[in-house]
Amino acid sequence: MLKGKKMIISIASGKGGTGKTTVAVNFALSLKDVQFLDCDVEEPNAHLFLKPIISEEKKAYIPIPEVDEGKCNYCGQCRDVCAYNALAVFPAKDDKKGHWLLFQNLCHGCGACRLLCPQGAIKEVDKEIGRIGIGQSYDIQFIHGRLNIGEAMSPPLIRQVKQHINPTKTVIIDAPPGTSCPVITTVKGSDYCILVTEPTPFGLNDLILAVEVLRKLQIPFGVVINRADLGDSGVEKYCEREGIPILMRIPFSKKIAVLYSTGIPIVQEDPSYKEKFVRLFEHICQTYKL
Amino acid sequence: MKQILVISGKGGTGKTVVTASLAALVNKKVMVDCDVDAADLHLLLHPIIKERHEFKSGKRAVINKNACQGCGRCLAVCRYDAITSNYRIEEFSCEGCALCSRVCPCNAIRMEENTSGEWFLSDTQYGPFIHAKLGIAEENSGKLVAKIRQVAKELAEQQQLDYVIIDGPPGIGCPVIASLSGVDCAVVVTEPTLSGLHDAERVMDVAQHFKTPVKLIVNKYDLNLSMTDQIESMCQKRTVPLIGKLGFDKKVVEAMVEGKSIVEYANGTLSQELRNIWKKVQD
Repeated sequence: MLKGKKMIISIASGKGGTGKTTVAVNFALSLKDVQFLDCDVEEPNAHLFLKPIISEEKKAYIPIPEVDEGKCNYCGQCRDVCAYNALAVFPAKDDKKGHWLLFQNLCHGCGACRLLCPQGAIKEVDKEIGRIGIGQSYDIQFIHGRLNIGEAMSPPLIRQVKQHINPTKTVIIDAPPGTSCPVITTVKGSDYCILVTEPTPFGLNDLILAVEVLRKLQIPFGVVINRADLGDSGVEKYCEREGIPILMRIPFSKKIAVLYSTGIPIVQEDPSYKEKFVRLFEHICQTYKL
Repeated sequence: MKQILVISGKGGTGKTVVTASLAALVNKKVMVDCDVDAADLHLLLHPIIKERHEFKSGKRAVINKNACQGCGRCLAVCRYDAITSNYRIEEFSCEGCALCSRVCPCNAIRMEENTSGEWFLSDTQYGPFIHAKLGIAEENSGKLVAKIRQVAKELAEQQQLDYVIIDGPPGIGCPVIASLSGVDCAVVVTEPTLSGLHDAERVMDVAQHFKTPVKLIVNKYDLNLSMTDQIESMCQKRTVPLIGKLGFDKKVVEAMVEGKSIVEYANGTLSQELRNIWKKVQD
């Protein structure tokens, strides 16, 4: 760990709707010198609670190929090297012109077609996939990504949001649900991950998957149990058996549910949660010697 | 045969709870769980697996250390930060584009086919059920979704079933788009919160982008009645039918703990409302 570098802590869950954003937002509001990244670019919600003033909006692009029909001899090399079947090439036949076709939604922007075109006929152009908003909320530097409607691939946008990480601040990252590429892209490089779950069979099933992901990525983690008094004891027993620390239990309360529904962070109404989150942060820092 | 998809945008709004009730209410159907990276429907349907299939998708680069001379060309072309400075492939980052293997002057990089998950054909007391498990930290969930939907559709045609009922993933990205394609109706389940409203609107935008008819259910509507009103007027503005409102009830969690759908667990207002919802889905 570099001197002066602060922690990057991501908040993830496996199952959706367990309270990731609640924990991430209230955690961020309880600490000093924080940068907040909302990497749930498909359904970003943190701005509804932090209400940042967005001072800068950038478009996020991926490179996609464009062909110069004057140089292209329709040899089909680009089609053959494309691992995603995103290109179709039809050679000229009789008096019909050749034809080069890109299926944009399949393109991963890897650049193989451009680099390997023997004619140098392909260049790359920008295709917008989403927007990145940068702003300020209270003392928190706020950054989020919003994937454009109809766009399939979120990882390139998540990577671009993460390029804004400021290592001199404590970085809190709100992750998307699930266990596949968007989650991996988000939590990769984190010093610690908080998994938020609920004590139900669904919560447990998805927690186990999320734990497997973090173990594979070798990221240390602990669990926050939300709505801790609803459901059964499966999550508690699992954590005990696996030696996974339970960092906090948040009971179900109609008051918390109503605050959430209207976009009000808990710590603003109940400062005792602020102390809990500060203690949680100190615990993580001490345990991981930062 | 009609295909009905249950989605939400936001996670945890009650998609699977609604879908499991449809499993108990609808006759002559096949059930499908397209939330392949955090599948839960099997916890309520208790499948007996009849067939198990590997799902191979995409490739991953592997570097042969002995042949590698450390020239750095692969590092220079990789756009996924998937090659470490000591020439090791980070398997979670590699997207299988194969560019590194093509530019390597020493032929030190080969592409290996990747098994990225499994899918299952199962029997349940509610009829056939197609489900899947994406491997840990794998990609290509959209392709796995497309695969199991194709299997379900073929099975429905073969057995002359009336419906394919699909539990969808959260979000608006690739697995959602793969779940939406060609369905007859997308039922959006949301909750009366700012996040629920915001996320439902985004996923409805996606459904409308792909010209899929949409209907909406508000779950736990009584946790915030004024937010429920806001969702109702949003529906009116979009001319999306609001086909049901489910109240907050601790019995929903109790039913889940028992491994049952709510319509089987309790015969109260929730079950009645779910029956009405199914009628309105068919309209």
